[in-house]
Amino acid sequence: MTVDKKVKDEAQPSPITFRLDPTSGVPTYLQIVQQVEHALRLGYLEPGDQLPKVREVVASLAINPNTVLKAYRELEHKGLASGRPGRGTFIDATLGDVMLPELTVLRRGLRNWLAEADSAGLDGEAIGALMTSTLRDFSERRDVETARGTNTPVRRAGGRR
Amino acid sequence: MSIVETTGLGRRYGSTWALRDADLTLPEGRLIALIGPNGAGKSTLLNMLVGLTEPTTGTITVLGGHPAGSPAALDGIAFVAQDMPLYRNLTVGDMIHLTRNLNVTFDASRARARLAELGISEKQKAGKLSGGQRAQLALSLALARHPRLLVLDEPTAPLDPLARHEFMATVMTAMAEDGISVVLSSHLLAELERVADHLVLVAAGRVRVDGPIGDLLDQHRLITSPTSTVRHLDGCEVIETTSTGAQTHRLVRRTELVAALPADAESRAVGIEELTLGYFRNDTPRPAPVLTGVSR
Repeated sequence: MTVDKKVKDEAQPSPITFRLDPTSGVPTYLQIVQQVEHALRLGYLEPGDQLPKVREVVASLAINPNTVLKAYRELEHKGLASGRPGRGTFIDATLGDVMLPELTVLRRGLRNWLAEADSAGLDGEAIGALMTSTLRDFSERRDVETARGTNTPVRRAGGRR
Repeated sequence: MSIVETTGLGRRYGSTWALRDADLTLPEGRLIALIGPNGAGKSTLLNMLVGLTEPTTGTITVLGGHPAGSPAALDGIAFVAQDMPLYRNLTVGDMIHLTRNLNVTFDASRARARLAELGISEKQKAGKLSGGQRAQLALSLALARHPRLLVLDEPTAPLDPLARHEFMATVMTAMAEDGISVVLSSHLLAELERVADHLVLVAAGRVRVDGPIGDLLDQHRLITSPTSTVRHLDGCEVIETTSTGAQTHRLVRRTELVAALPADAESRAVGIEELTLGYFRNDTPRPAPVLTGVSR
């Protein structure tokens, strides 16, 4: 494995640095992917910008280099970034927003549901708990169905070599 | 290529098996975490890996087929033992000199550069260094041998959080720059989530779990159902069951894709810590909890 061979060029340092949240329960590679997506949405990152070099991320966060490589591969897979051999990984694309009309329809549906929950006597916390557990369960079942539909073992995208 | 391969590996002390029937194939370029309760057989496995202990049964080869303990194996492996063995009355400079003379390959300038980066003076005596500095000295000496495999026995256990972070950052940087493989035994489960690629879990002298961490996390789930309606789950091996009057939690390993869960059961992913503790508790004999309505 060769990572970020030192090449003499006047590349700008990356506009962002990663921070990890050990209590989030989100896998480390996914936190990196999400932080890049978040930075893209908020305009901290633009096409052409360089992501932090693997060596730098590893030295500052004390995480496994394979985790950073996995995150960068996932970003490449999503078409958001691409690796340039010997130089690092660079942003290719921006993230489009979710269509506004869809959001409006979804919000209306959610309001109706909340009114129903309210008249059934659920308070804010109870609604939150129900929402969280149902969402978690929903994602689980969807994952299983997706895996079954395509007849492949359950695996995260961008699995290990 | 695999960095370590064992077949039917076992070691007996007197009439007690410290480790038995271990079949492992550990991948190259990864950090492999070896975990297990005290006395589970971790140190026995590490000692056989670096050639300090002879197996009673089976075989162990390293670095692509060299018997553990052979000259080729010893040249390619660096081992940092738990107590960071250093000569306390020697200065840092003397330790570098000594280690250079005891090894075929030794990059003294690399060790000096790394220690200078950390602000450790060559004039200081090894015995006068802080715990974190001692660990960094032992690690720098090990890495200056340019090993292909670095073996660490509970290296960060006595260190404060900052020293631990810096120690692991040095190990991770060596992986990124030199592509070395690492085998590390540790009790610090929370830390492993960030640093390990591959997990080997030993309990009571046997290998219970062995695999890439991503796959293991995909396979395991915590299933919660109302105790009154708990029933057998198809395609799952139940690792641990905790039951109260109202709720039953089951840590399961999916042996195949889960058949549709009962509508009143919830399923969620688990972290390394939860997964590991489930196996540890399951292997520790203790009074059986009262279970009702569980068919297995």
